[in-house]
Amino acid sequence: MATPATTADATPSQPEKQAIPPVQMFYCGVCTFPPEYCEFGDSLSKCKEWLQAQHPDLYDKYYSDVALKAKLGTISQEAQSKLEEDTAKKEAKAEAKADAARKKKLASQVIIKRIERNKRKYITSVRGLEAFGVDLKKAAKLFAQRFATGGSVTKNAAGIDEIVVQGDVSQEIYDMIVEANDGKGGKKGLDVLKDVLVDNIEMVEEKRKKDE
Amino acid sequence: MADASCSRETKSRGRAIEADRDTHTQPSSSRCFRMFKKFQPSADIAGQTTVKSSIQRGIRSAILSSWKIDVETLEEIWPKKESIVHVKCRDHLSIYALHGEPLFFQHFDGPYFPTLRLFHKYPFILPHVRVDRGAIRFLLAGAHMMCPGLTSAGGWLPPADAALPAGTPVAFDAEGKEFAVGIGIMKLGTEEMKVVKKGVAVESITYVGDDLWAIQKL
Repeated sequence: MATPATTADATPSQPEKQAIPPVQMFYCGVCTFPPEYCEFGDSLSKCKEWLQAQHPDLYDKYYSDVALKAKLGTISQEAQSKLEEDTAKKEAKAEAKADAARKKKLASQVIIKRIERNKRKYITSVRGLEAFGVDLKKAAKLFAQRFATGGSVTKNAAGIDEIVVQGDVSQEIYDMIVEANDGKGGKKGLDVLKDVLVDNIEMVEEKRKKDE
Repeated sequence: MADASCSRETKSRGRAIEADRDTHTQPSSSRCFRMFKKFQPSADIAGQTTVKSSIQRGIRSAILSSWKIDVETLEEIWPKKESIVHVKCRDHLSIYALHGEPLFFQHFDGPYFPTLRLFHKYPFILPHVRVDRGAIRFLLAGAHMMCPGLTSAGGWLPPADAALPAGTPVAFDAEGKEFAVGIGIMKLGTEEMKVVKKGVAVESITYVGDDLWAIQKL
């Protein structure tokens, strides 16, 4: 509880009206809560570690023995121990979830498919980018701009969004993704494609087999 | 359609509060409560527009009259020269953002609520109530504030001479905590709470860790 009364009272009495400066807020880098609420989040131990490493003074403020005792307040001992139990449970759950998400990400594939449209004309479809947190719309725009062709996000037969680009640009798209992830930062504008695992890219060709 | 999704949520939670199917005839600030418990920017945002300056003036004066804020401070938050962006969301929910940072929001044509991040910077703009420690974790799970959490030893309500009527936007402080944990709207007057001592006292609108909290940039 910051002091609402004092700040509010102080202002009208000043002859020159001044804007009340904002409270400088500090949020936990792990769970984004104000650090005093980390204990209610689902990553308490990580938050604690982070705070101890980054801001030891604040760590003492929130997690020293005195602080722990003081914050018990009016809550009963059982309720407190139940709360701690809950927190531990929540934490384990969140960890399992994060782990599953990571595994899923590792397992997910990006499929660049060259589709023959009309003998010598091709379209290229890119599927699975969204699993790596790529904004499909932005990526489609990027492709369209880069290759000066049409590029759009469409739903395929299975109802999954994919990017369709006119022309045979499968190799170019592959190169772009590699470039975006080569660690050099890549060219400007390729940020959209970062975080895609290059090893998980699969190049497929529909209908006739030809050398890539 | 928007209302339907609201009432579905209500029913599935088995709450007594009926979601009004027709929000058009009964404008209410928090008819569709817990609006940020589930909020996905990709699915729930319908569009963004810059707000006409005449309407901006209206919003500005509405905020000045409903929040405890003076012109200078508002000027700091939202400079006169800058125009805010109105982010239209489902269920008549409007978020107003400046440079992509959500500042405040409104449901239908109810009161304006600051976002929690804004409120943390300017904690004096809304009246406060305090909840006891036992209630915090329920609040953070999105529950409404029940009377006992406010009337018990750890809670705090404004004294009788500063009583708040029902329908006032309030901020929740928490016992032993420095910063507000959520923002809600009073369902009972504070004096009434002290008498009744059970049931929903304050409907929570937004709280630390909900989906609005997660949106730092729109």
